[in-house]
Amino acid sequence: MANNLAILGRKLGMTRIFNSDGSAIPVTVIAAGPCPVMQVKEASKDGYNALQLGFDPIKEKHVTKPLKGHQDKAEKGYFRILREIRMEDVDGFEIGMEIRAEDFAPGDKVKVTGTSKGKGFQGVMKRWNFGGMPASHGHEKVHRSPGSVGNNTHPGKVFKGKRMAGQMGNKRVTTLNLEVVGVRAEDNLILVRGAIPGSKNGLVMVRKQGN
Amino acid sequence: MNPIKKIELEQMRIDMPDFKAGDTVKVHMRIIEGEKERIQVFQGAVLRIHKGTTNATFTVRKVSDGVGVERIFPLHSPYIERVEVVSEGKVRRSRLYYLRKLKGKAARIKQKNAWG
Repeated sequence: MANNLAILGRKLGMTRIFNSDGSAIPVTVIAAGPCPVMQVKEASKDGYNALQLGFDPIKEKHVTKPLKGHQDKAEKGYFRILREIRMEDVDGFEIGMEIRAEDFAPGDKVKVTGTSKGKGFQGVMKRWNFGGMPASHGHEKVHRSPGSVGNNTHPGKVFKGKRMAGQMGNKRVTTLNLEVVGVRAEDNLILVRGAIPGSKNGLVMVRKQGN
Repeated sequence: MNPIKKIELEQMRIDMPDFKAGDTVKVHMRIIEGEKERIQVFQGAVLRIHKGTTNATFTVRKVSDGVGVERIFPLHSPYIERVEVVSEGKVRRSRLYYLRKLKGKAARIKQKNAWG
């Protein structure tokens, strides 16, 4: 299989398993696929190479007519989630083919993309790890404030990208260089060493990483 | 079944004896030194048992040359060859942290006898 293959899944949670040498490994369990290929996009026709994958089956009555027509082509049922994955080349992939957990093997390096847990509107101390202001020595009502945000008449503005308070979390995050520890084909599970973004039951995309 | 539970059940050891805080146990640890493997025994009183599936641990305390030594063992670790229960203790608590402050005769734990 291509070395930048990807699969869609749900984060189930974390646990620990014991290695053959007795050490404990923290793992995240991902219920991945099976994801049928719903559409193959080719550079000659669409301008780029990609596969559209389906994930999370739903009943026919919950699909809108336009989407039904699109998904009927693969004859694999109907899916809540359709996502495109960019490929270097799509030779050997056909509509209706399934990408499954066993396409990943222990030892593979993967990157996992998900939506991080939303933290709401947060101040600079939590959001950007600012130090805040002293608790005493004349400081009043400013203990968690950011302090100065710039200079004076020159430059006369606050620079773009200045780290300030605002929405934290609930955005797309990718964790790189995660190791696949185990694959359970019978339950469609992928076990990845360490933590991945998002909450339990969150949608994640597991992508193989090239060297 | 919940897939995470299934994974954990596979990892858990069913050969562990049933012991409680206050019991005196011998923990036979497998120690790998380079190529060789040997067994080291750690004997002491169980201070606490931390419940859990694969996360479960237990703490064993012994006094070695007048110095208190505590070790926390993962209950389901394959490093543990076996656990031997030497004697059962009669205690009223599930966490015996008070033993850390006691020395000598005061730090003894009453033995459980045939009638409880």
